[in-house]
Amino acid sequence: MIAYILRRVLQAALILLGVSVVTYALLYMLPADPARQIAGRSATAETVANIREQLGLNLPFYEQYLRYLGNLLQGDFGRSYLQKTEVGELIAARLPATLLLMAGAIFCELLLGLTAGAIGAIKRNTSVDRTLMVVSFVGVSAPQFVVGILMLYLFAVVLGWFPIGGYGTFSHLVLPSVSMGFLGAGWYSRMMRSSMLDVLRQDYVRTARAKGLGRARVFFVHAFPNALLPIIAMIGIDIGMFMSGIVVVESVFGWPGIGQLAWQAIQRVDIPIIMGVTLVSACAIVLGNLLADLVVPLIDPRIKLR
Amino acid sequence: MTEQGAVMPEKILEVRDLVTQVATSTGPKTVVDGLSFDLHRGETLCIAGESGSGKSMTSLSIMGLLPQPMAKVAGGKVLLRGDDLLKLPERAMRDIRGNKIAMIFQEPMTSLNPVLTIGRQLGEAISTHDPMPGSKVRSRALAVLKQVRISEPEKRLKQYPHELSGGMRQRVMIAMALACNPDVLIADEPTTALDVTIQAQILGLMRDLQRDTGTAIILITHDMGVVAEMADRVIVMNQGKAVESGSVTDVFEAPADPYTRGLLAAVPRLGAMTGIDGPASTNGNALVRGMARPLVTVRDLTVRFDIRGGLLQRVQKRVHAVENVSFDIFPGETLSIVGESGCGKSTTGRALMNLLPWQGEVVIDGKEIDAQSRLQTKSVRRNVQMIFQDPYASLDPRMTVGELVAEPLVIHGLAHGSELQDRVEYLFNRVGLPVDAAKRHPHEFSGGQRQRVCIARALSLSPKVIIADESVSALDVSVQAQVLELLGELQAESGISYLFISHDMAVVEQISHRVAVMYMGQVVEIGPRRAVFENPQHPYTKKLMSAVPIPDPRKRREHFSLITGEIPSPVHGLDYQPDYADLTQIGAQHFVARSAIKSAA
Repeated sequence: MIAYILRRVLQAALILLGVSVVTYALLYMLPADPARQIAGRSATAETVANIREQLGLNLPFYEQYLRYLGNLLQGDFGRSYLQKTEVGELIAARLPATLLLMAGAIFCELLLGLTAGAIGAIKRNTSVDRTLMVVSFVGVSAPQFVVGILMLYLFAVVLGWFPIGGYGTFSHLVLPSVSMGFLGAGWYSRMMRSSMLDVLRQDYVRTARAKGLGRARVFFVHAFPNALLPIIAMIGIDIGMFMSGIVVVESVFGWPGIGQLAWQAIQRVDIPIIMGVTLVSACAIVLGNLLADLVVPLIDPRIKLR
Repeated sequence: MTEQGAVMPEKILEVRDLVTQVATSTGPKTVVDGLSFDLHRGETLCIAGESGSGKSMTSLSIMGLLPQPMAKVAGGKVLLRGDDLLKLPERAMRDIRGNKIAMIFQEPMTSLNPVLTIGRQLGEAISTHDPMPGSKVRSRALAVLKQVRISEPEKRLKQYPHELSGGMRQRVMIAMALACNPDVLIADEPTTALDVTIQAQILGLMRDLQRDTGTAIILITHDMGVVAEMADRVIVMNQGKAVESGSVTDVFEAPADPYTRGLLAAVPRLGAMTGIDGPASTNGNALVRGMARPLVTVRDLTVRFDIRGGLLQRVQKRVHAVENVSFDIFPGETLSIVGESGCGKSTTGRALMNLLPWQGEVVIDGKEIDAQSRLQTKSVRRNVQMIFQDPYASLDPRMTVGELVAEPLVIHGLAHGSELQDRVEYLFNRVGLPVDAAKRHPHEFSGGQRQRVCIARALSLSPKVIIADESVSALDVSVQAQVLELLGELQAESGISYLFISHDMAVVEQISHRVAVMYMGQVVEIGPRRAVFENPQHPYTKKLMSAVPIPDPRKRREHFSLITGEIPSPVHGLDYQPDYADLTQIGAQHFVARSAIKSAA
């Protein structure tokens, strides 16, 4: 178990290293010139050259990268040229909001998705099942900004149940979480339905019924945990999908998280912030997967971590 | 039934004109057609039949567990002490299931929930019908586990199904079924998925438990040996109808219905070949080997699988699947490898096909096979072809069977165009399939026909040896007999050799020239079939033979005491040195391991 976690963390470090090289290289190739950005439009060529010298931007690519990596290993994400602030500070200030939104979204998508999927499986080929699957199909197909804006219009503007945007109270959290969870709920309901149908066909479910157990017990004790197993691995992968959704949903709802930070940074080509956010996202994905892999053996005793 | 004694045992279950239908795309299909029978206390009723006879549907109908919504009971009565179960609402039926009528299923591997402990699943069966505090449930669970004679019952309660062997899982299933002292126990193929020595143990256990509790048993099986061993009365089903019913001796000795007669005739019987040298297909003539050089020579074949673990994924343990196995196969000969699951017989076959890494020396038709090189395997593979156990899974469902049979010829560049067509047609004729079948897909064929397609595919390259890995095990006996006959004909005609891998002693006796018995990855006895079957020397060979149920109710075993224990694990640490069983010659070509392998007896 400990050996397993150590090995996975080691792998994670390698993945993050790879991500940092690729992102750094991509950003290096951008035609934007940070020195010119910092100096401003009216600066002389000499000033720009000075700044370039100062920041080490005229060094070869690998030297720049190694410098960056060296700082990174000491926990220094660098400094935003435009906001004149430490990137680490910016991310740290915004991370809690994003984590909160992610937790809300995961809760929504699991609650909606698993329930809809399980009901669909139990009532398979009925009108209930078909309706749920059509809704889930809409969830899968509709772009998040469309869902977000529609929800915003209906529940905030027309009905006035929730605030239009912002951050702070529970009611601020509801609409962004649901808009983000809606897409995932579509996926999970379909996965849960087929997983549950598969489990309901298994011999051990028949055994459970042959013992004379009631429907609820057969369902919750025997079928549900087994149906959940393939879904858990999915949740780990899903965290990666969230990062792209977060950029959209945070902008729609004015949610002050790292998604918005990333969006602003991309518009202004604020390279250190883009680097930082990318690395934090990669960390989240790697951690999410590791966490999912660690949870599975808690439910499935057949899986041993080696 | 005639009154035999003064007191007739109490009638518990009465099935009258049961009709069960399954919805298909062409309308409802009747799978159980007007079945009637009675079941008395302490009695064992066997429902025998081949696949599709409706025997399993009968049991699910009685239990109200038919797969919904495809199947339903369309008529008849199921009376449990006079109450019609078919009229009971689901809630009331729940009190019957597991309480009055309990059931055990064929697949102990999949019939227990993998994520719950044995104790939990067993306890649930008890507390559902008889609510009691947790500590009492536990002691009751422990008591039933002891009743089914499982080793270390306390430990089992905390274990999960995957930690138990198949035999132990089936014991747990029986414990679960008997936990509430049901009136009726329905056992649907309870030993079909088990090894023969484990089967003997489970059958013995069921018989003992019945004697103690007086539970009436409905035993559903395709195996006439099991029927002869267990039944008081027998119902033979065919296509949903009971074609024959009566006492076990009557059905076996004077079968009235032609279907029953055919079924009994097709059953391979251990000991049927006593006094005969060669296999059945040669009219009992032994192979005249003369100065022939062996077609296949295997020396010191060893297959081990690494189990990795730890931080650096280093090899921590090894599965010793095959250890130092040596044998020859001569032209025109059938060598059978028998043994129970995990003995290494299939691994041996796969190693010969170079399907997995192995060590040792293999010479096929004068060419030494290099265990490392993949390049020369193509030409060698032409000479060795394989037929697998499951004809359903070993044919690509998206190709027509014609394409499947032609594929090896195309891959090896041996034929194309009209020549290929002719060759495929010839092969279809040869295995007894109509030529126009070539355009159809595998799902349109029955199991036996599919196995014929597999044989045609194996024959397409005109190999010198065919490795048949449990190739008839999944087939009904009548179909099995036909496929075995086909294999015999092909051998007589072309002089092909077979390496026949099987767990079924009776089939092996029928088809083999020579037999090798494997145990724990080693050959413990090898010799001419007649010598091995009539004069078995190794304790494990003897144990295997005595475990086979004989399809003759007069040869019923009263005690199974000889057969105990399970096969130990082949997983060992890195420093493990296998204890090689040196073979000693005790007769003409008859070799037996003298240094008895640990715990074989």
